[in-house]
Amino acid sequence: MVVVIAILYVLFSNTQENLAIRGIESGFAFLGHEAGLPIGDSLIDYSPTRSYGYAFLVGILNTLFVSVLAIVFSTLLGIVIGVARVSRNWLLARGAAIYVETLRNLPLLLTLFFIYTVVLAALPHPRDAIALSDGVFLSKRGFYLPRPVAEDGIGLFLGASAVALVLAVMFWRWAKSYKVRTGRSVSGLRGALAIFLALSGLAFLASGQPLTSELPVYQGFNFKGGLSIKPEFASLLIGLVLYTAAYVAENVRSGIQSVHAGQIEAANALGVSSGVVTRMVLLPQALRVTIPATTNDYASLVKNSSLAVAIGYPDMVSVGGTIIGQNGQAIEIIAMWMAVYLTINLIISLGMNMLNARVQLVER
Amino acid sequence: MPQDTILFQPMAARPAPASQFGPIAWLRANLFGGWKDTAITLSLLAVLLAVVPNLIEWLLINATFGGDDETCRQNAGACWPFLQAKFQVLMVGVYPQDLSWRPAIAALALLVLAGFTYADRIRGIALIVAWALLPVFALIMIGGAFGMQEVDQSLWGGLMLSVLLALVGVIVSIPLGVLLALGRHYGSPAVKAICVAFIELVRGVPLITILFMASVMMPLFLPPDLVINNLLRIQIGMILFSSAYMAEVVRGGLQAIPKGQTEASLALGVSPARTIIFVVVPQALRHVLPPLIGRCIALFKDTSLVIIVGLLDFLGMVRGAALDPEWLGFQAEAYVFAAFVYWLICYSLSLYGRALERRGPAGSKR
Repeated sequence: MVVVIAILYVLFSNTQENLAIRGIESGFAFLGHEAGLPIGDSLIDYSPTRSYGYAFLVGILNTLFVSVLAIVFSTLLGIVIGVARVSRNWLLARGAAIYVETLRNLPLLLTLFFIYTVVLAALPHPRDAIALSDGVFLSKRGFYLPRPVAEDGIGLFLGASAVALVLAVMFWRWAKSYKVRTGRSVSGLRGALAIFLALSGLAFLASGQPLTSELPVYQGFNFKGGLSIKPEFASLLIGLVLYTAAYVAENVRSGIQSVHAGQIEAANALGVSSGVVTRMVLLPQALRVTIPATTNDYASLVKNSSLAVAIGYPDMVSVGGTIIGQNGQAIEIIAMWMAVYLTINLIISLGMNMLNARVQLVER
Repeated sequence: MPQDTILFQPMAARPAPASQFGPIAWLRANLFGGWKDTAITLSLLAVLLAVVPNLIEWLLINATFGGDDETCRQNAGACWPFLQAKFQVLMVGVYPQDLSWRPAIAALALLVLAGFTYADRIRGIALIVAWALLPVFALIMIGGAFGMQEVDQSLWGGLMLSVLLALVGVIVSIPLGVLLALGRHYGSPAVKAICVAFIELVRGVPLITILFMASVMMPLFLPPDLVINNLLRIQIGMILFSSAYMAEVVRGGLQAIPKGQTEASLALGVSPARTIIFVVVPQALRHVLPPLIGRCIALFKDTSLVIIVGLLDFLGMVRGAALDPEWLGFQAEAYVFAAFVYWLICYSLSLYGRALERRGPAGSKR
């Protein structure tokens, strides 16, 4: 203990001395200073006259935004590939295996560079952008989509939709308990979906269709208006999704393979339809193996999103790195990075542990 | 009754029905099981037909195999002379050309040792000693000592640097990881708390922040007159990062050792420290060899992040080559080559891991 305290003291005094030599301030006062750094892609209104603290917040939001989207898409793609990996179709299973072995054995950074400088750069100039449909364009400067624009009456519509959602959830819960009480099955999910869609659709018409879209238009040398997805963001998202999906697929595969074949055979022998076997027999047991492993992969996905700095997407690490370059306050910035990442990881593991507790076998 | 009368004459075996064996049955079972299977197979075949011929055309048929950038620009396919021209830089960076036989000898030593290890021709203490000495040998060959001309570390780069960072990282971080795991498993509450805090803190943050810390923050912590060069600082960062993950892997192995092992050893009068070193740790390590190999793969892939703190490793050199104005427009070739090299190394490591998994914890079999 004494040794540890002595080492910490030496480190501390060294740091004080070094900071004094280099004329670097310490403390978090700099967060209030004007940042003066441009940020290319921001979810909230940002200009270089804002403070360092605000710039860092923009970075945090970008990190969270790309991570959440990547988690959703990589889960979907991972499930598809994981199921394909155990498919009886030889070609499909081989294809999925090749995908997994390729993506897992390449550094993510290489995949990102490849997507950013080879794949996306091969897209045409905005002048000859590929038009996928009305208002959807692909070009090397970014992807352009129609942007939803709220008109008068949007509040009414959103309120009505919220009510519809509550009603749908209530119906779903009632259908569940009705099934438990009487043994007669009511399709809760389909009913709930129908209630939600019908009510919110009615509300949409009743409030006078308060949602219009703004189409991107080619003007000057680039598209104006609409919703634009920058190539940096797109590369990072695609790279993270492709990379993480390979790991999720392996978890899904090992989950499926962990279910004893006898379980499926027994269910089939009882005449249960194959869809129900998948939903009620295979999935609940497979999830027990899949979820804990996937928690780790989500945590590494969030950490991997820091590779944004290498292709110029302004995530937290990228913005923080620029701040270090400007004022040299590395200790404070690195401490902030660590605090945010640890918090995110804690939230992910708490959420996944709750989910995990729901699927685990309840033993005596 | 004569002895050799045959009472029962078995019929000659018939060939298996074609519907259950042979290539057609295989096709039916594996590719065209039902209309869904058939649809999947056909659409996958369509994708393959669209992609593979183009790929082969680009890689081989239309590719340029000799000449310079002008020849390449005349052909539509891949430009392999580009890689030929850049080969030296990709492998060893700006390392002096007339001395590049030295890293080559180090690489040869690595390959030979890897071959012996894979073939299971070298085992036990000899294996550990050989792998521990390899980075020392490589560093002497690359850096120069004992009268060989010294080469400054700022000149190290390319694949050589990637492999060196990973090799030193793995070989130093395994013992450190074992120490951390032992501290977490057997340590006094204070030691345990420090080990847990270190492991969880490091595992909770991305490697980039650790590298930034090593590159930017570490000089602030050290006495002003002690200067450690950037490469060494980054290597230290990677070792610390890797050791936290190694510790978690080793901890799994420690938990798998039955209590009877330590109890038996202590009952025989072996001291607790010797029990841990000679009884527990070797068994634990054997149990976790496959996941340890997995960590080695991860560390090798992670070495590519050092570009962000200014070292030019293999991927850094590849990116530099792709941006060379003389050879502009051949990024795809550069990245395809890089992907091939990374994949080859990582995949052969993972094959080795799988082979170890099949062999099982060595020595546990009688």
